Amino acid sequence: MELTGAQALLESLHNEGVDIIFGYPGGVVLPLYDAMFADKRVKHILVRHEQGAAHAADGYARATGKVGVCLATSGPGATNLTTGIANAHMDSIPMVAITGQVATPLLGRDSFQEADVTGITMPISKHNYLIKKVEDLPRVIKEAFHIARSGRPGPVVIDIPKDIFTTKFDYKYPDKVDIPSYKPRTEGHPKQISMATKAIQAAKKPVIYAGGGVISANAANELKELAEKCNVPVTTTLMGIGAFPETSALSLGMLGMHGTAYANYAVTDCDLLIAIGARFDDRVTGHIAKFAPNAKIIHIDIDPAEIGKNVRVDIPIVGDVKKVLRALIDKVGPKEKHVQWVEQIEEWKRKFPLAYKQEGGIIKPQYVIEQAHELAKDRDTIIVTEVGQNQMWAAMFYKYTKPRTWISSGGLGTMGYGLPAANGAQFGRPDALVIDFAGDGSIQMNIQELTTAVNNRLPIKIFVLNNCFLGMVRQWQELIYDRHYSHTNLCNNPDLVKIADAYGAVGMRVTKPEEVRGAIEKAFAINDRPVLVDFVVAKEENVFPFVPPGQAINEMLID
Amino acid sequence: MKHTISVIVENKPGVLSRVSGLFSRRGFNIESLAVGTTEDPNMSRMTIVVEGDESDLEQITKQLYKLIDTLKVFDLPAEKAIQTELVLAKVAASEKTRAEITQIAEIFRAKIVDVAETSMTLELSGDESKVDGAIKLLTKFGIKELVRTGKIALQRGSAEL
Ligand SMILES: Cc1ncc(C[n+]2csc(CCOP(=O)(O)OP(=O)(O)O)c2C)c(N)n1
Repeated sequence: MELTGAQALLESLHNEGVDIIFGYPGGVVLPLYDAMFADKRVKHILVRHEQGAAHAADGYARATGKVGVCLATSGPGATNLTTGIANAHMDSIPMVAITGQVATPLLGRDSFQEADVTGITMPISKHNYLIKKVEDLPRVIKEAFHIARSGRPGPVVIDIPKDIFTTKFDYKYPDKVDIPSYKPRTEGHPKQISMATKAIQAAKKPVIYAGGGVISANAANELKELAEKCNVPVTTTLMGIGAFPETSALSLGMLGMHGTAYANYAVTDCDLLIAIGARFDDRVTGHIAKFAPNAKIIHIDIDPAEIGKNVRVDIPIVGDVKKVLRALIDKVGPKEKHVQWVEQIEEWKRKFPLAYKQEGGIIKPQYVIEQAHELAKDRDTIIVTEVGQNQMWAAMFYKYTKPRTWISSGGLGTMGYGLPAANGAQFGRPDALVIDFAGDGSIQMNIQELTTAVNNRLPIKIFVLNNCFLGMVRQWQELIYDRHYSHTNLCNNPDLVKIADAYGAVGMRVTKPEEVRGAIEKAFAINDRPVLVDFVVAKEENVFPFVPPGQAINEMLID
Repeated sequence: MKHTISVIVENKPGVLSRVSGLFSRRGFNIESLAVGTTEDPNMSRMTIVVEGDESDLEQITKQLYKLIDTLKVFDLPAEKAIQTELVLAKVAASEKTRAEITQIAEIFRAKIVDVAETSMTLELSGDESKVDGAIKLLTKFGIKELVRTGKIALQRGSAEL
């Protein structure tokens, strides 16, 4: 069939099962937007900033497990996407980012709105392409989606010069991908699996440390089965939240810098650490030489390069987490309960529970999260966050029980991620209750995406924990820099309620603890547009536990 | 410790910058890098000499494999490989020194590829110790210009990839 490159791109997206893309037009993608005018099978969502497009595609991918797609014009459009691409890369989120490029005869001449997109995105994407012949387009699209979603998922960038969009050719979509140099290993090695089985059988104080890989492999059920069969307590990373039900007696919550005391103690004390789809990030390990010092380490990951990158591993298993866990479940015999170990953990849980102090008359941010949890826990809820204290409190004080219900920027820690990601999540899961917990700093970084939400009648709930500070930075200044609050005071914040109102969203302000619940209920009842609730919270509340940078994770400040 | 690694990659635009970018990004030190096509025009072979311990080598190998265009990566230690490098050295020469330089060239089986009034250019190839040895001897005459291709290597024996 004879098509232009632009038509062929839309046809290819359709063939890949893409039903939504987030984008923003500009000069070199005009031919593509023109083709979209006629072909509406793939729904295009007009964002208000390209960063919003990338984060929306990312939020959509996390909520659905599908590949998120975003689109921008050349030069500034493409560079605006880059934070979102880097964000997806750090968190291994499947995404395809399409950028327009100047026409091939203009490449390399500093042409108007030219930027070297493949050069810029090389270190922040899983792979990238610059299409120079229209005949390559169908194959490249096919490969890009395959690479984005297989192996360790990640973002793939496709840079397409303007003349490619307008050139006609004989279009045929390939039905197979064959990349000889890319064959991710999915089956765990049987010998390694049997070594791991023995180690699990022999362990007296085992702990599972589960990361985002469990979620991207859709392996939460297998994780639960293994943990329960062998009576192994489970701690998750920030990215692993939702991979294991926090309501289970075996749950230790999150570990690391803002982990629970009992998770950090358990990891420090364990004799076997089973790392599953996790990468020993410095925010998790703290002082690395003192991380799980007595433990034998099993590391299960799809990415061989993660094995041994940060810590020495005793039993590496490279493979798809779901398949490896299944093999382990089938091989291990049921284990006796580690009575003493479980008792020890129970004692830590009793002694050092997650807690905060209520003070009369002032809303504590943790309280807002708890109340939201109370009211949302029986619904199909997705929690999204911005970055900072809001993110940590949302991680700690909401109880997650299912995968893909927690969406947060982990590896890159991108302020401004939450609102556009919430939009993407709501597009992907229209019936879910989507809540974005935000800080008053972060929410202003992509506030323009409120328009995208309003125009599409997305009933997302934005709960701003407004402490008039760049709270997390202020916390570090308080604890590490002698309370020098250098450039972290946001007392000149605009009126967020008026902002919501101006955008056509519903804005509310809550200043008293007794009003919190009612406001949340009211926000939940609105279902035809976004709601922003400005919770005026305690200004100098800190996130505890806190492991000061460079310390061992059991050397935390608990309050 | 120095390692010589061979990387077979798809012969595609940008692949060299993918590889070199990876090394600088991850803080691995490249001592030399030589690249060219192989018996199959769709593939290139890079020979990279890097400094690092065993665990660095392991990380480098794995990170290289992670690049979508990488087909194969292997370590080629000296005892298992033929390693060689090509050097052009322009050495200061006069009536008086020309004979001695020619003699050194003969000993090292170097070719004299250019002779001018005040210089001679030698083309020399061989493994590291031979090349370094020759350069050391030539230094006393004054090396005006020197260029090295970087090491290339193939495994010994009839094994193929
Ligand atoms: C884009 C970006 N810039 C800067 C930072 C550094 N940073 C981390 S947390 C934080 C403060 C966030 O403040 P706010 O959004 O008000 O949230 P709070 O910590 O008060 O909950 C800053 C500035 C970042 N993570 N991302």
